[in-house]
Amino acid sequence: MRDQRDYVLRTVEERGIRFVQLWFTDVLGTPKAFHITPAELENALDEGMTFDGSSIDGFSRIQESDVLARPDADTFQLIPWHGHDEPVARVFCDIFNLDQTPFEGCPRHVLRRTLERARSAGYTFFAAPEVEYFCFADLEVDPSRPPRPIDSRSYFDLTGADRSSDLRRRTVLTLEEMGIPVEHAQHEDAPGQHEIDLRYTDALTMADTVMTIRLVVKELARQDGIHASFMPKPLAGVQGSGMHTHLSLWQGERNAFFEQNDPDGLSGVARHFMAGLLHHSREISAITNQWVNSYKRLVLGYEAPSHVSWARNNRSALVRVPVVKAGRPESTRIEYRAPDSACNPYLAFAVMLAAGLRGVEERYELGPEADASLYDLSPEELAARGVGSLPVSLNEAVDAMEQSKLLIETLGDHVFEWFLRNKRAEWAAYRAEVTPFELSRYLPVL
Amino acid sequence: MATPHISRRLVESRRLVEVARTSPPLLCFPDPLPGEWARPLRDAGYDLFCVSGAVAAAAAERGGQEVWRGAVVCAIDDMTEAISLCRRLRRREEPVTPLLLIVGRHEIGELKLRNDLFDDFCVAPLHPGELSARVEHLFWRAGQVLDEKVIEHGPLVLNLETYQASIASRALDLTYMEYQLLRFLATHPGKVFTRDTLLNRVWGYEYYGGARTVDVHVRRLRAKLGEEHAHLIETVRSVGYRLAHGVGASAHRGADWEPVDGEDPLGTTRRSAG
Repeated sequence: MRDQRDYVLRTVEERGIRFVQLWFTDVLGTPKAFHITPAELENALDEGMTFDGSSIDGFSRIQESDVLARPDADTFQLIPWHGHDEPVARVFCDIFNLDQTPFEGCPRHVLRRTLERARSAGYTFFAAPEVEYFCFADLEVDPSRPPRPIDSRSYFDLTGADRSSDLRRRTVLTLEEMGIPVEHAQHEDAPGQHEIDLRYTDALTMADTVMTIRLVVKELARQDGIHASFMPKPLAGVQGSGMHTHLSLWQGERNAFFEQNDPDGLSGVARHFMAGLLHHSREISAITNQWVNSYKRLVLGYEAPSHVSWARNNRSALVRVPVVKAGRPESTRIEYRAPDSACNPYLAFAVMLAAGLRGVEERYELGPEADASLYDLSPEELAARGVGSLPVSLNEAVDAMEQSKLLIETLGDHVFEWFLRNKRAEWAAYRAEVTPFELSRYLPVL
Repeated sequence: MATPHISRRLVESRRLVEVARTSPPLLCFPDPLPGEWARPLRDAGYDLFCVSGAVAAAAAERGGQEVWRGAVVCAIDDMTEAISLCRRLRRREEPVTPLLLIVGRHEIGELKLRNDLFDDFCVAPLHPGELSARVEHLFWRAGQVLDEKVIEHGPLVLNLETYQASIASRALDLTYMEYQLLRFLATHPGKVFTRDTLLNRVWGYEYYGGARTVDVHVRRLRAKLGEEHAHLIETVRSVGYRLAHGVGASAHRGADWEPVDGEDPLGTTRRSAG
């Protein structure tokens, strides 16, 4: 710890850093930050910074509202977009109680705790998400009309198209400068939609990375007068923004999902893990898809999963087993396709891991692979095959979560209860709204 | 974190031993130099040779000790002898430099018109660290740094003192572990390390990521090195990693060189919206 601290302090001095941002995340995955001067940094590294948590979503408690943000010196990193004249750095924080015990509302702790559980079972957990987002032409959000994508096919604006690919290229370069290797980045199917695929890392680093990416994407877009959004379904009629996540468990240098003697190359661990994900998918939905709007993405017809099934190379399945290139058994992995880009990555990775691990521990049986495209099946056919479906609304997801022992254990009482309360309130507010859908559909005829 | 500490200390103490073996001693007056001053100098790696005055210094030179790394002369107890020693050291064919003179508060006036006899002076009483800090600074000014503390490998430069790394003169913004990994590889250029070895030597503790963490950090380092220099860190198939041996390694990638994304477990093409 001493060395890391000295490294940070020395770098701040050598690079003439003017401000250090202490980053942390609330329970809903919103990034939060303090800005401190280098003079305050030494103290922050040694003792942490005390702040009033009552203003942070999910941090409020009845008695003591003060908590402590302690920088994780490992995550210290210069922020490239502030330029080199007055450099700014960031460091992620863990939140502690004043008595130095981990604060139960801190999402990083929730993930750490779950990773610890995997580790005691001998596994390390890796994640590689594909982050999708939209770029819109207007910085100011006007809720009275749909947002305008910067390179909308209907507009077919050449300069717009150039701007958008240029922005994506700069985004990738900035990420690489911050040590975030990008597997690839591309324009997605919907107008104005982009995707950045990341190379795998351990899940804690990856959750930090997702937070960083959202900030980088939004900030670089903003500098260009563009509004970038990770909203799961900002436009009706086109695909939404998912965060398909590739998962693997490792035992030392060995991929625990790979089995040479299996015809599919999948180990028992992989099958149990998949069974765990499928079995608990309804319960973890409220975390992987946490907004009212999330459930508008999970509808038929837009390549998003809505049925609880697995398949090798069928993109309508909830769990997909990507084809592994010959001679690359270490690439064996599974892809969980429910999460959207607006989830809290710490909590989402934690519940995916917890669900899979439960399957491994309890040796859940994996059902048969879905062979036909599930989109083509009628509800009766689905029922006949025993294929369940994901919750169709936040309300249904919260109901499923409320019954889940797995989630209480994984999230802890504090996060579990706060989250349920918050999401019940969100649903209640949504339910009280009269939407344009209702007005256009009912007002003329009723 | 125990291992990196130890390994660094080993590396540095080895370097100091080499310096001591190859560089001449630091001449000191009086004999013995008071312990409170001798100790920090020895700790900083200097070999001390104490003399009782100008005559003793001359005798030592005749006896085979011809070169001095520099001199620390304390004038507090015997100003006259100290000045005569300084004069002797400066009037040699090759004057001894740097020369640090220690005086008491009341002898400051004596320095007048004697500026040619010393490079710097300090006034006793001294903080224990001041003496070696001043000596080190004098050496730095003279361009002879005792312990280099800079690793250069082709376009890659690591300053171990300031923790700063650069590639082709461009500063690299590294996280702590990225820096430690690069430093470890750069300290042993050309030598191949397995993931487990790197994990043990660089991380030194069980990390969440396990051995695959090394791959992740190598990838992040390569991203920061940039496309042009990413190959500085080579993947040795089925073994591990090494720092490319020799600067020319960039021109011809050996048979054991694997593409940057060759070992990616999650690396097949993925694509799909939704």
